Amino acid sequence: MIPFISVLSRLAACLLFSPFLLGVIGKTKAFFAGRKGPPLLQPYYDILKLIQKGSVYSVTTTWIFRAAPLIFFATTLIASFLIPFGGLKAPVQFWGDALLFTYLFGLGRFFIILAAMDTGSSFEGMGASREAIFSCLSEIVLFLNFAALAVLSKSFSLSQMIGESWWASWTVSGPSLILVGASYFMILLVENSRIPIDDPATHLELTMIHEVMVLDHSGPDLAFILHGAAIKLFVQGSFFVTLLIPFQSHNRIIDATVFLAAMIGLAVIIGIVESVMARLRLNRIPSFITGAFVLALFGLIIAIMRVL
Amino acid sequence: MPTRRLTVRNKQRWELGRVPILEEALFRKRILEEVASGARLANFFGLLEENGQLRLFALLGEEEASNLHFYSFRMPKGALSFQSLTPELPQAYGFEREIAEQFSMKPEGHPWLKPLRKPISGDTGFFQAKGEEIHEVAVGPVHAGIIEPGHFRFSCHGEEILNLEIHLGYQHRGIEKMMPEVTPERRVLLAESIAGDTVLGHAIAYCSAIESLTTCHISPRAEALRAVALELERLSNHTGDLGALGADIGFLSASAYFGRVRGKFLNLLMELTGNRYGRSFCRPGGVFFDMDSKMIDNFKRRLEIAKKDIQEISDLFFMRPSVLSRLENTGVVSAEMVKQWGFVGPAARAAGYAHDVRMDYPHGMYRFHQIPISLGNNGDVYSRAMVRWLESRRSIDFLLELLERMPKGEILTPIGRLKEQHMALSMVEGWRGEIIHMAVTGRDSQITRYKIKDPSFHNWRALELAVRGEQISDFPLCNKSFNLSYAGHDL
Repeated sequence: MIPFISVLSRLAACLLFSPFLLGVIGKTKAFFAGRKGPPLLQPYYDILKLIQKGSVYSVTTTWIFRAAPLIFFATTLIASFLIPFGGLKAPVQFWGDALLFTYLFGLGRFFIILAAMDTGSSFEGMGASREAIFSCLSEIVLFLNFAALAVLSKSFSLSQMIGESWWASWTVSGPSLILVGASYFMILLVENSRIPIDDPATHLELTMIHEVMVLDHSGPDLAFILHGAAIKLFVQGSFFVTLLIPFQSHNRIIDATVFLAAMIGLAVIIGIVESVMARLRLNRIPSFITGAFVLALFGLIIAIMRVL
Repeated sequence: MPTRRLTVRNKQRWELGRVPILEEALFRKRILEEVASGARLANFFGLLEENGQLRLFALLGEEEASNLHFYSFRMPKGALSFQSLTPELPQAYGFEREIAEQFSMKPEGHPWLKPLRKPISGDTGFFQAKGEEIHEVAVGPVHAGIIEPGHFRFSCHGEEILNLEIHLGYQHRGIEKMMPEVTPERRVLLAESIAGDTVLGHAIAYCSAIESLTTCHISPRAEALRAVALELERLSNHTGDLGALGADIGFLSASAYFGRVRGKFLNLLMELTGNRYGRSFCRPGGVFFDMDSKMIDNFKRRLEIAKKDIQEISDLFFMRPSVLSRLENTGVVSAEMVKQWGFVGPAARAAGYAHDVRMDYPHGMYRFHQIPISLGNNGDVYSRAMVRWLESRRSIDFLLELLERMPKGEILTPIGRLKEQHMALSMVEGWRGEIIHMAVTGRDSQITRYKIKDPSFHNWRALELAVRGEQISDFPLCNKSFNLSYAGHDL
C-alpha cells in the first residue's frame, strides 16, 4: 500500500472517528438509565462549538497553561503513529518504541498537570496530585503488560508485539493474553478517567481527577483537550482491540470494518461497566490498580514459563 | 421538681404572662438539669418586650415522655451580655450566635462567637490548622451545579479533611423580621418560601401556629389533606435525594430511576394542590383544594405502583457491592454527637436517636394514624439513605391507610381574631426533620414576634462533624446524604 494513503487514513481515523467512541459510551449509559441520551454525534458538536469560541486566561497563568492543551493533543496524535491497527501498519516502528509510546502519553499528562498547577487553584492542585499518583501506579502495570508481550513476541517493538501473526498464537499463549488483556483493560479505564476510577459526567469538583485539572481551560484549548482525550481513548483502545482480535484478511475494507466494529464494541463495554458500577472511593483506587498489577504479573510469569 | 416551668403541647397557645420568669442562674440550672435528664434544647430565642427589655425563651423537649417544657429569663435593663450556655451545652451553640446577631446581646464565654448569617467580611475568622503539609480548600459561595450559595472552608492534610467550617448567610432575607410587618395574606406566602423544598412543612407549621392563636378548629378532612400533601412532599424529596446519592457515586441508573419516581410524587402533589411543590395549598383555617372519590382511587392505585417501583429500585441500589462500599462507614454521625448537639430528622434517626415529631408530639392526622419511627444504627451515609428509604415506604403505607378512610368536613373554615398577648407553638416533622414555628401576639392581637427553626439550623453542624477524618473526595456524598437547606438556615 502507498504509505501516504496509509498515513492519511490513520490520521483520519484518529481525528474523525475518535469522538464517536465517546458518543457510543454516552448512548450506552443512557440506554441503561432508561433515557434517550445525547445524540451520538454530541462530542463532535461540543468540539466544533468550543473551537468557535474564544479562550479566557487568568492573569496568574503563564505560557505553560496555553501550551499544555496543544502539547497534550500533539503527543497523543504522535503516539498513534506507533501502533498498527485495522490492517494499517505503524509508520514508525523501532526496537523499544513501547517506551516512547508510554512516555508520549506521560509528556502530555505532565503538561496538563503543570497547567493545572499553573492556575494556582486549590481544586486543580488536588486534581493534579491525584492524577500524578494514579498515573505513576498505572505506568508500572503498563510496563509489565508490555514486558509480558515482549517475552511472547521476543520483540520490544509494538508492531511486533501485536497485530502480526497472533491469530495462531492465541492457541498457545492464550492464558497469558487473557491476563494481560484484562489487566490492560483496567489500566485503560484508569488512563482514560472512566468509572470506576473517575466520573467524567460529574459536576463535583472535589471528587474529580481529570476533569478538575481542565476546569480553567476554555474555548479552543478545551476543544484540544476534549479531542485529545478522545484520541487517547481511541489509540489505547485500538491497542487493546488489535491485541485481542489480530484479525487480518489483507482486504483493506474488511479489515477496517472489523476493526471499527470492534472499537465500537469496546466503547459499548466501557459504557456497560460505567452503568453497572458505582465509582470507587478515591483511596481504593490503588487497590484497583494493584489488581491490574497482579493480573499483569501472572501474565508475565506464564509468558516466561512458556518461552522457557 | 419545683414548678416554675410551663408544660406545653404541640399546636397549643398560652398567655405570655403564664411563662415563668426565672433568675439567670436558675434559668441556666434548669436547662442544664433537664438536658442531663434526657431533654433536648429544641428552641432558644429572644423576644424584645414593649419596654425594650430582652426576654430569652427556652423550649426543651423530652422525646421519650413526649413532654415539652418552657422557661424564660428576662434580661436586666441595659444589660449587654449574658452567660453563655454553649461551653456546657453545645446544643445552644447556634441559638446563641443567633441571639447575639439579632439583639446585639453577647453570650459571655461563647467559644466561637461570629456572625451567623452575614457574608464573610474581613473580621470573619476561620478555624485554621497550621503545618507544612496542611492546605486549605475554599469552596463557594458560588458552586458548580444549581444549588444555593454557601461557603465551605476545609483544612486538609492531603486528601484527609481535618476540619470543615461552613459559613452561611448568603440567603438571608430577613423572614423573621418581615413576618410581623406584612399583611396576613403575604405572611403565608413568606412561610411557604422559607425553604423552597419544604413548602408544605413550613406552610403547615405556619397555619397551625396561627390557628392555635385563634379559637378556630379546622376540620379533620383539612387535617387529612394536609397530611397527604406533607407526606407527598417527603416522598418526593426522599426519593429524589436517593437518586442524587446515586449520581454522586457515578451510579447513573439508580439516579435515573429514582428521579423518575420522584416525578410521579411531584405529579400527584400537582394534581392535589395545583403546584408541583405544593404552594398555595395550605391557608390558616384549612386547605384550598379537596379530593373527590375518583381522585382518591386514582391516588391509591398510583401509590401502589410507586411502592412497587421504589422497592425494585432499592433492590438494585442497596444490594450492589460497589454502591455499599461507597455508602458504608462514610460520614459517620455518632449517637453521642446527636445527643450532644441536638441534631434532628433522618440524620439523628440514622444514628439510632428515636425522635420524630409525628410520633413524639403528634398533630393533626398523626394523632390517629401512627407512623413507626425509622431508625438506623450507624449514622453513616448508608444509614441515612436507609432511613429515608424506610420512611418513604412507611409514608406510602400511611397514605394508603389514610386514603382508605378519609374523614369528612369543610376544607376551609374562617379563623377569626388572634388572641392578644399569647404565644403559640407549632411543630411539624418536615422531610428534613423538626420544624418549629412560634408566634407571639401583642396587645392589639397583631403578631409581634415570629420565630422559625428549620431542621437545617441544627444539622449543618452535623455535616461539619461527619466529614472530619473523611476523604475530601467523599464530601459531596456526605453533603448529599444530609441535603440541607441554605435558605432554611439563613431565613
